[in-house]
Amino acid sequence: MVHPAHPPDLSTTQERCYKVPDGYFGQYVTIGIFAVVGVALVFGTLSLAKLVRPNVPAKDKYTTYESGIDPIGRGWSQTNVRYYLFALLFVVFDVEAVFLFPWAVVFERLGTQAFIEMVIFIAILAFALLYAVKKKVLEWL
Amino acid sequence: MPEIALTAWQILLVKVLVILTIVPVGALAGGYAEHKVMAHLQHRLGPMYPGGFHGWATTLADGLKFLYKEDIVPDAADRKVFSLAPAAIFVPVLMIYLVIPIDRNLIVEDLDVGIFYLLAVGSISTIGVLMAGWSSANKYALIGALRSAAQLIAYELPIVLSAAVVAMYAGSLSVIDIVEKQNFPFAIWPPGIGLIAFLVFTTGAVAEMTRVPFDMPVAESEIITGPFTEYTGMRYIFSHMFAEMGHMVAFAGIGVTLFLGGYKPIIPWSPLEVVPGVIWFGLKFALMIFLFLWIRPTFPRVREDQLQKFAWKFLIPVSLVLVLAMGAWVLYV
Repeated sequence: MVHPAHPPDLSTTQERCYKVPDGYFGQYVTIGIFAVVGVALVFGTLSLAKLVRPNVPAKDKYTTYESGIDPIGRGWSQTNVRYYLFALLFVVFDVEAVFLFPWAVVFERLGTQAFIEMVIFIAILAFALLYAVKKKVLEWL
Repeated sequence: MPEIALTAWQILLVKVLVILTIVPVGALAGGYAEHKVMAHLQHRLGPMYPGGFHGWATTLADGLKFLYKEDIVPDAADRKVFSLAPAAIFVPVLMIYLVIPIDRNLIVEDLDVGIFYLLAVGSISTIGVLMAGWSSANKYALIGALRSAAQLIAYELPIVLSAAVVAMYAGSLSVIDIVEKQNFPFAIWPPGIGLIAFLVFTTGAVAEMTRVPFDMPVAESEIITGPFTEYTGMRYIFSHMFAEMGHMVAFAGIGVTLFLGGYKPIIPWSPLEVVPGVIWFGLKFALMIFLFLWIRPTFPRVREDQLQKFAWKFLIPVSLVLVLAMGAWVLYV
C-alpha cells in the first residue's frame, strides 16, 4: 500500500467525522447520494400514492393485457432477436469509443504520430463495417 | 450583505433539493410546452381551461390524476423486477443533471470525466426498459423492449462519437472546460464539422428519447405503449412520462453545453457578457427544447429497418469521418 507523502490534516475528531469527502473520489460521493435520493424519490412517491389511490381487487384486472381478448400462450414467448449481429458490431464500436475518449484529450500534445495511429484504428473498424454491409448482415429481414 | 457560510453538507443538501425540484418541474413544464407547441404547429389551441390562463394547470392535473390511479401488477408478471424497473429507468435520467453547467459556478459536480459520465449514465435507462418489458410477461411489452434495445444499439454510437468530436476540440472531458473553449458555439466553429456533429447528435438524441420519428418502441398504434403496456399510475409516470420528458430536458442541456456554447454569449463580444450566463443558457435551452418539440409533429414514424439502416449506413460512417476531420483540424489548422 502506498502512503501519501503528506497525510491530510484532520486536527479534531469532529472534522474527521463530519467532513464531506473531497478530492477525486469525493465528487463521486455526491453522485452516490443522488442515486440513493433518486431511488427514494421513486418509492417515496409510490408510497404516497398508496395513501390516496383506490384498491378494488377483481380477478380479471390482473390478467395480461392483449387488446381485450384472453391472452394466448404466455408473454414470455419465443421472439426472433433480429439485431443479434447489430449488437456484435455495437460492442466493437463502443469499445472503440472507450479508447477514443482518453485519446481525444491528449492527442494534440502527442501530435501527428498519435493521429495516424487513430486513423489506422478507425480504418480497421470502418473496414469491418464495410465488410458487414457487403455480407448483407445489416439488412433487416 | 452578511456572508452566509454553509458547511459542505449543507451545500450538498441544497444541491439535492434544487435537483429534486428541477426534475419534476422540468417534466411538467416540458409536458405543457409539448401540448401547446404541438397544438399551435397543427393550427389548434391545445388545452385552454384548466388553471384559467391558457390552460397552464393541465399537466399538473394530469400528474395528480395518476396519483389516484389503482396500482395493478398483472398475475403473470415478475413482481420484483416489475416494481424495480421504474426506478431503474428514472434514476439514471436524474443523474445526468448533475454535470450540466447552468452557469460557470452553477453545476452540481464538475467531474473531470464529465461527458464520459453523461454518456455512460444516460444509457443505463435501457436496462430498466428491458426489465419493464420482460417482467411484464406481455407480448407488446416484450416487442417494445426489444425494439428499444435495438434503438439504443443503433443510436448510442452517433451520440458518443459526436461527443468525442467535441472532446477532441476542447482537449478535455470536463463540461466546464468544453464550454470555456467555445468562444463561438461549437455548431458554428469549426465551420462545417461542428454543425454536422450537432445534427448527428440531435438525431441520435431524438432516437434515444424514443420520440417521433423514432418512436417504434412505444408506437401506440401497433404495440399500445410498448414496454409500459402493463404499467399504471405513478409507476407509469416514472417509467414513461418522467423518463421521456426528463431525457428531453437532459439532452437539451447536453446539446446546449456541448454544441451551443452553454452559458456563454453566442458571440465573444463584450457588451453581451453583461447578460448573466443563466439567461444565455436558458435561451439556448429553450431553442433546443423547441427543436425537439418541432420535430414531433413534422416527421412521420420511420420503420424499424429504415431506422437501423439510417444509423448504420449513414450516421455512424458520417461520425467516423467527423472524428478524423476534427483530428486533422486540431493538428493542422
